[in-house]
Amino acid sequence: MTIITWILLIFLVVCAVAVSFQKDLLHSVLIFMIYSVVMAVIWLILESPDLAITEAAVGAGITTVLFFVTLKKIQRISSDREEDEEIDE
Amino acid sequence: MSRKRPVEEYEKSFAFRFKRWMSGEKDPFIGEVEMHPQAEPEDPEAAFRFVEEKEYREPARMRIDAKASTIYSRGYIVMSIIVCLALVAILSLAVSHLPSIGDAANPTNNEVGKRYIEQGLQETGSINIVTGMILTYRAFDTFGETTVLFIATCCVMMLIMVENEEKRKKLKLDDFGLEPLDDPILKIVARFLCPIIFMFGIYVVLNGHLSPGGGFSGGSIIGAGMILHAAAFGFPTTQKFFNEHIYVIIKVSALMCYGLIAIYFFYTGANGLPSIFPKGIPGAILSGGIILPIDICVGTEVACTIYAFYALFRRGGL
Repeated sequence: MTIITWILLIFLVVCAVAVSFQKDLLHSVLIFMIYSVVMAVIWLILESPDLAITEAAVGAGITTVLFFVTLKKIQRISSDREEDEEIDE
Repeated sequence: MSRKRPVEEYEKSFAFRFKRWMSGEKDPFIGEVEMHPQAEPEDPEAAFRFVEEKEYREPARMRIDAKASTIYSRGYIVMSIIVCLALVAILSLAVSHLPSIGDAANPTNNEVGKRYIEQGLQETGSINIVTGMILTYRAFDTFGETTVLFIATCCVMMLIMVENEEKRKKLKLDDFGLEPLDDPILKIVARFLCPIIFMFGIYVVLNGHLSPGGGFSGGSIIGAGMILHAAAFGFPTTQKFFNEHIYVIIKVSALMCYGLIAIYFFYTGANGLPSIFPKGIPGAILSGGIILPIDICVGTEVACTIYAFYALFRRGGL
């Protein structure tokens, strides 16, 4: 175990705890994405690069995008233009 | 010659009574079963008590007793901390009893793994042992996983798909128009990145038997690239090369190809017949027997699944 592995593992735990203590759902999703990226690096250190590729693509990419879409659907993320339209109506 | 029956006999028959019952002329229960008229509700107004808007806007926790609720919430916090710590302690204890990674005396280092490592290259023709193991020794498992992906997409489509394009417009499911469409940063970055992502995904799929990765990894990379394309250029642009029609054809044919190849592989393997898929020279792209075609099938299946999830979540249709 080198120092960088320890740093990454501690960062992983911090991220995992921080996800559940966030009030803002958007921040939660972003921290969860960081968790996945760190996990991908740890898979690479543990000598399983195929898992690292999958984790980076699915965990950091696709899951996050699906969370964002869901947050948008339940209107937790609102763009400026959307608000403008509401005022117009 | 048709048979003629007297009218009286016909009126007694089951078919005649059934026909009358079907056409509603006769109710078989009237006169047979004891019946009461339905009871009138006592006070129809009572069920619909008018609630002030303030009352239901107010959260439920404001209405209950403040003192009891603070005791409950404090107890809740204390109990949750205790449960969390107990779980952490139990899991840490379990992990500390696990054998260390890489120890030769580990129970996982048995004859199965030894066989895979020693004879894997010879028997499967794949340099990457992991892919060779997943797609030949355990091809049946992977077929089940691919089927699970297929069924998962089918279920999501059943739940949230809106088939009709006009209905989709009426429900305003497509929220793409609300976004800044002319974002130059996103478009230019996507124009550079999309081909690279697609190429890397295809590389990972085709080199599944040579380098780390395989069908699932490569497929998810291609799916992520398609999501980026759809997000940057809009669904109409993506629909030019990937619409619902193409999606159905690709998805079903990939799964069926996989099934046929797997059946053929099992049949020839079990009966000791020569396979038409040559092992080839280890290290060449066209080697590894059935691994390359199965990788391509799994890759397309996964890419379709991932893009379909995004599109269905986004606008209720592909």
